[in-house]
Amino acid sequence: MFKKILIANRGEIARRIIRTCKAMNIKTVAIYSEADENSFHVLEADQAFLVGGPRVSESYLNIENILKIAAKTKADAIHPGYGLLSENAVFAEKCEQSGITFIGPSPEVIARMGSKIEARKAMEEAGVPVVPGITHPLSHANEAMNIASSMGYPVMLKASAGGGGIGMQVVHDHESLQKAFASNQKRANDFFGDGALYMEKCIENPRHIEIQLLADKKGNTVYLWERECSIQRRHQKVVEEAPSPFLDEATVIKMGEAAVKAAKAINYTNAGTMEFLVDSNMNFYFLEMNTRLQVEHPVTEEITGLDLVEEQIKIAAGESLSFTQSSMKREGHAIEVRIYAEDPKTFFPSPGKITTLTLPEGKNVRHEIAVRENDTVTPFYDPMIGKLIVKGKDRQEAIQIMQQALSEYNIAGIKSNIPLLREVLSHQAFHSGDTTTSFISRYINQ
Amino acid sequence: MSNLISNMAGSVWKIVVKEGDTVQSGQELIILESMKMEISLSAESSGVVKEIKVSEGDFVNEGDVLVEIE
Repeated sequence: MFKKILIANRGEIARRIIRTCKAMNIKTVAIYSEADENSFHVLEADQAFLVGGPRVSESYLNIENILKIAAKTKADAIHPGYGLLSENAVFAEKCEQSGITFIGPSPEVIARMGSKIEARKAMEEAGVPVVPGITHPLSHANEAMNIASSMGYPVMLKASAGGGGIGMQVVHDHESLQKAFASNQKRANDFFGDGALYMEKCIENPRHIEIQLLADKKGNTVYLWERECSIQRRHQKVVEEAPSPFLDEATVIKMGEAAVKAAKAINYTNAGTMEFLVDSNMNFYFLEMNTRLQVEHPVTEEITGLDLVEEQIKIAAGESLSFTQSSMKREGHAIEVRIYAEDPKTFFPSPGKITTLTLPEGKNVRHEIAVRENDTVTPFYDPMIGKLIVKGKDRQEAIQIMQQALSEYNIAGIKSNIPLLREVLSHQAFHSGDTTTSFISRYINQ
Repeated sequence: MSNLISNMAGSVWKIVVKEGDTVQSGQELIILESMKMEISLSAESSGVVKEIKVSEGDFVNEGDVLVEIE
């Protein structure tokens, strides 16, 4: 097992990783930017080193400086957390070249899943459904109609050179496709000087559901069920839960088995997540694979009792998984909300000094938070300052505990999305499980 | 007439007008950057840029006057 791990990250995830390292008796090295000198994670690590200026390019993305600190402190391994360098194949490769274990999959797998086209190809080869579509330009409306018939309406007609929604249209039948083809071809020509159109199946009112995977280096791969993360703003997740209030058990198993098969096909190792879009008929389509620990991993930890960071470290150290698919059980219902320093209506960032911070306490209430009262939230990094996770015996109880916790959550000095989270959690549509990706625009910000 | 006021704390990423420019209502004047998000600020009414109060890279607070327009 490793003796010392460098954490190439900041904020709540750096603290989260330090916590597990301490429990495993592994020493930790923190890195920090000039803006993070007084951060929580700097205090909690066994050693901490300044890595560079406040901007991420100078500090948390500064591969050379990070590897220098790793060498100087004789760290055996680097945990990249999420974001920043976590999906950077070059960094993973340089770690290996320096004789330091990168806690994640191989650089080859990171690079392959990082390319949308490559990832789509790999999934198709492994038999995982992808959003049906064609990527070559359509020659004629008749060709479009033939393809639309085979993939089924509605379809999305898109201009190859398009952007900003111009030349893009959802069509529901042959007749409207014929009209849309002509008009969009003309518009695309007028706007972009290129009338080429292509088409994909339109997934209407989708849900965003993902499968958590763990794979050791001996070829054992398991899925740890799903997380539903449909409620988003600015294409970033806000509320995550497990199990999904929508999927039936048979579909979960089908998705899980498909994800395991695909992971094996690409020789995936360590923790990873396959994200899917799911339509109202429970058809699922591969979206992308995240080759790292996810922000919302605590939701899975709560229902499985596992520590995913510990599993990542053990896998990276060459250990086999200590359980099999059939020996794993899940129990209860977990919900996570992300606490953002931002205006709850416009979602504009709101850095500044936190003058008051009162966190709710309770048996099934968990905090992953990077800030304290009197800390200043700087404008240099992501607006997420913490996460609140609850667990109940079922969804109803989890919602109740979350509502209670949110009512006691008090942040002052900066704006936060707590008012938005309260609205979501008390909304009838959330209670009934009507959680699609358009939830916030449909029910909250009307 | 109507000044351009910052709607969030962050740094001035780009200034896309000069003093003396005539600007139309809705025209982009300044782009702010904060927490990995770029926010474009536009003129609320037409006029002439009298004074630009900030430089690129400056840190501004919500409510600060960035550009005076008359």
